[in-house]
Amino acid sequence: MKRALRIAGPVALVVLLAFVPKFGFGLGKALPGGFSSPGTLQLLAVCLIFAGVALSYDLLFGFTGLLSFGHALYFATGLYVADVAITKWHWSFFEACLITAGVGLVLPAIVGWISLRTSGIAFAMVTLAFAQAGAILVQKNPHSWTGGDDGLGYDYTHVPAAFVGVVNTKNLYWLALGYAVVVFAAVAWAVRSSPGHVWQAIRENERRVEVLGLRTRRYKLLAFVLGSFLATGGGVVYLLCVNGANPSVTTPDFTLTLLVMVVLGGSGTLWGPVLGGALYWYANQRLLAVGGSHAIQSLPGVLRTPLSQPLFVLGTLFILAVFFLPGGIVGIGARGNAGRRGLRRLEAALRGTGDAA
Amino acid sequence: MSTFVLLTITGLGLGAMYFLVASGLSLIYGLMGVLNFAHGAFLTVGAYATWFTESKLGGISSVTLRFLLASLVGLAVGALFAALVELVLIRPLYLRHIEQVLVTVGLSLAMVALVQGIWGNDARLYAVPNWFRETTHVGGATIPNDRWLDIGAAVLVLAGLKAFLRYTRYGLVIRAGVENRAMVTALGIDVRKAFTLVFAIGGLAAALAGILSGVYFTEVDPGRGTSLLIFAFIVVVIGGLGSLTGSAVASVVVGLSQQYVNYYSSGVGDLSVVLLLALVLLARPATLAGRTA
Repeated sequence: MKRALRIAGPVALVVLLAFVPKFGFGLGKALPGGFSSPGTLQLLAVCLIFAGVALSYDLLFGFTGLLSFGHALYFATGLYVADVAITKWHWSFFEACLITAGVGLVLPAIVGWISLRTSGIAFAMVTLAFAQAGAILVQKNPHSWTGGDDGLGYDYTHVPAAFVGVVNTKNLYWLALGYAVVVFAAVAWAVRSSPGHVWQAIRENERRVEVLGLRTRRYKLLAFVLGSFLATGGGVVYLLCVNGANPSVTTPDFTLTLLVMVVLGGSGTLWGPVLGGALYWYANQRLLAVGGSHAIQSLPGVLRTPLSQPLFVLGTLFILAVFFLPGGIVGIGARGNAGRRGLRRLEAALRGTGDAA
Repeated sequence: MSTFVLLTITGLGLGAMYFLVASGLSLIYGLMGVLNFAHGAFLTVGAYATWFTESKLGGISSVTLRFLLASLVGLAVGALFAALVELVLIRPLYLRHIEQVLVTVGLSLAMVALVQGIWGNDARLYAVPNWFRETTHVGGATIPNDRWLDIGAAVLVLAGLKAFLRYTRYGLVIRAGVENRAMVTALGIDVRKAFTLVFAIGGLAAALAGILSGVYFTEVDPGRGTSLLIFAFIVVVIGGLGSLTGSAVASVVVGLSQQYVNYYSSGVGDLSVVLLLALVLLARPATLAGRTA
């Protein structure tokens, strides 16, 4: 019965979200154009993708205590491998998905195997370096595959017709919703599985898990590969939603953005990153629009300049959240110390086992 | 041969900049356990402060004097900004390492956005004394003079920091703090003053790197801090977290290999540095957890 109730909430939410393209109304200034307009649906679709990608990052950061600064690499892998396979190699969509899935499993396995030789802060730096290698590779534009700074549009003739064109935005929205649901289900199932319990134990106290006779590195690698693979899937869906690949998602800033989403929402929870990812992207897009609006542009320069930069506003909000809301959005309702738990319990994990201080 | 000399000197110049960023990172991590993501912001702030001051000093006709004055302002701004960050943002989160890292992440995002908002996304040209743009002949190679400046600055900072750590009381406190912070506190020494000091030193070195990178690339843009920071991270990991000498050696290795590989195999130098990092990790992962000053 309890289990049924636990599942009923999310199912009701998904059903509600699935009917969004049928809504004729809008939300005034908060969502101009009405729910069913293609612009709004595309915005909501990307929100759902980032909800899923943020949750895949939380699997590493919030549940296993791995502070990776290279999650952008796997999202970008999904985006670029699929795009290059479709557009430059003229593969069918199905073949492109297969090769992307292959790369999405092998790449994090290799990178994870190397970087997990370190822990704590060194792990963060090493994953950042690998992600940077990916960003440089995209920038260098080998064989003119990636398009460098200009990004790479995609060849829509090789993509199923249901996902092409403005008329079909609602299908893309449903695809993004499906992706978010799959990630949520996968992460919810994984963290309750037997390795999932080991991940959370590693987060709490890695040495104690080692003393129990478990090889923590294998479990960490499993979390790393699963989280990265889920992010790769997000990259493919993102490719369809924004009609091409853009180098901005390969940069370290994008990983930091994911970190901001997770912490704002509430790390180490399932709903926190979902909320954080969706709200962050929505806020980012709306702040861009609001920043160019008359109300902001007529302010004096001292206020106008910072407020017209979404990243400045969100970065400042993030700092404030770390100080005053360490449990994130989902921690607001929790009483006393429970709400502050989110980041606190990651403390031991970050310091790693090699650090005695 | 002359190409080789040019590559070597340029690689050393590049390594010098990496070292200036890495030294502060490494000291801050060694003493406080904080991975300072805002270090790139210190660099950007210092570089922009120098550029801004110089553009306002039109009344002084000597470019050299203008550049020197502007650089002093840039260094001071970098150090002050870093000290302020420590006092306002890092100190209240004492010993909560993950939150400290997150705050510096937020700060680096916000500062880059702010600089973009104020001065735009485009690069700003650096006006520098003519001597830096001229060249010297060494071993048949024509070397731009600013490379000597980079190398000289890094050697001076390394020697200065070493002397400071070895011969002054604060240096002693910092060295002891890196070794065992709890014991230093137990002995009644306020180690927090050393924290602010280390941040100020780190900010100063980062601002210096920012100014030198402005001279090296002839311009400064909002993304400069982040791109140098990543190589500094690689240097710090290869050199060993918390070790100044390790950072110095690693920055030379990284700078040189980047230049050589870039020349001999069309522009994959940046990737080779990451490969180097992977090899080091595979070969000797144990040294990376070490914390020696």
